[in-house]
Amino acid sequence: MENSKLLIQLDEVDNVMLASRSLNAGEMVCIAGRQIQLSQDLRLGFKIANRDISKGDKIVKCGVPIGSATCDISLGELIHLHNLESDYVPTYTIQNQDQYGK
Amino acid sequence: MESREWSGYLRKDGSKGIRNVVLVAYLVECAHHVCTKIASAFEDSTVQVIGFGGCYPNSHANKVMKQLCTHANVGGVLLVSLGCESFDRYGLATVVEESGRPVEILVIQEVGGTRKAIESGQEWVHRTQTDLQNTPRVQMAKRDLIIGAICGGSDATSGISGNPAVGRVFDHLVEQDAVAIFEETGEMIGFEDHLADRAKTPGLAEELRKCMQKAASYYTIMGHASFAPGNADGGLSTIEEKSLGAYSKSGRSKITGLLKPGDKPRQGGLYLLDVVPDGEPRFGFPNINDNAEIAELMACGSHIILFITGRGSVVGSPISPVVKICANPETYARMEEDMDVNAGSIISGESSLDDVAAEILESIVKTAGGQSTASEALGHQEFVLLYKSFEPSGPGCLP
Repeated sequence: MENSKLLIQLDEVDNVMLASRSLNAGEMVCIAGRQIQLSQDLRLGFKIANRDISKGDKIVKCGVPIGSATCDISLGELIHLHNLESDYVPTYTIQNQDQYGK
Repeated sequence: MESREWSGYLRKDGSKGIRNVVLVAYLVECAHHVCTKIASAFEDSTVQVIGFGGCYPNSHANKVMKQLCTHANVGGVLLVSLGCESFDRYGLATVVEESGRPVEILVIQEVGGTRKAIESGQEWVHRTQTDLQNTPRVQMAKRDLIIGAICGGSDATSGISGNPAVGRVFDHLVEQDAVAIFEETGEMIGFEDHLADRAKTPGLAEELRKCMQKAASYYTIMGHASFAPGNADGGLSTIEEKSLGAYSKSGRSKITGLLKPGDKPRQGGLYLLDVVPDGEPRFGFPNINDNAEIAELMACGSHIILFITGRGSVVGSPISPVVKICANPETYARMEEDMDVNAGSIISGESSLDDVAAEILESIVKTAGGQSTASEALGHQEFVLLYKSFEPSGPGCLP
């Protein structure tokens, strides 16, 4: 199965890869030469760890640090607001949108 | 990417425009409705409304209004005043008159109220529009253009496809000796060293560093970065990650200068627009939305605005056509009518960065030649101008 293009790594030093299309939990992807089954949905452009990352490590995308890990992150895990924070100004999101209309 | 020419509008002050707009400008919010009604009588997009809503004087707003009312794409200006606001209507009218453009001041309180002001304003616009049909035409090429770039409604695709493609367009424009302007310093946070390294002079490098420190400090005091919940929904986690995308639209050229809103570049090259006010925060967020930034890019003379979006922005502008470059193939499929260029094709593997850069350049030339952009065809004309305070630019900022 040709799945080596489902994830893009923008720079060789990066510790994240990006989804080149929206992927569903259960799909197989290739990370660091290993076949990994996605444990969660990964939407277009979202980030996934391509190695084990320790709390406090810089997350590097396109060769540039984009913030620090707030907890240990395993290879194949989604990287977003829950485990990555800015080294400058905190990120604001609308907190209750998941509950609206339910 | 060969050199192409088209026919533009020659103004008496020597500037060359790609549209022939009559502006109806309110000088306080109280005159806004009258302006909207005046413009509503004209179905085509050549009559547009801009203005400043505040009743108290502000030198930034004054400077931006002067630059917009004498913009190369503008042929004539009707200034609509309630009558008691602080805006220096005579100073503004003098600047417009000295530029050789027809200008009229309409004071609602003097002319006898809403209805009479609307009738009188429509008559003036109608007459001026007829006169502007005789505006002399002039050959224009890419070197005559000032192109601004903004990213809005960004997501994780913006920095992979749309912004780097615009970076290549900017490299080409700078080679042609055109002016390319990128913004916004609040979205360059994390890239201070990269920007300074690209400065043409050590003096400019120092100014770029100071301007980035100011942006980081300003947004820290505001407690909120230039980051919207939609950015996070689109996969961006931090301001640095958003900056990475925003920075990539600047291309690889050396940086020629650092502008403040209303500074007009006098020679070709790549410029950064500093949108963050000087001094202690006084009037709130530097730019409350994308249209506030578009207004400032226009005030620096931008003929056309390149607008890169991942989530799907729909906005336009009253003076400078907005070319919408959609970075996200899923968004493009959903909102194609609002978009001019599908940069998402880079991600879906159908085209390269160079293919999309060539397509954007083609869109610039066609737009400059008179073809409507998607937002123009849909009637978008959003405009925002708010209070700000700036000190004059330092000596290292401009060549």
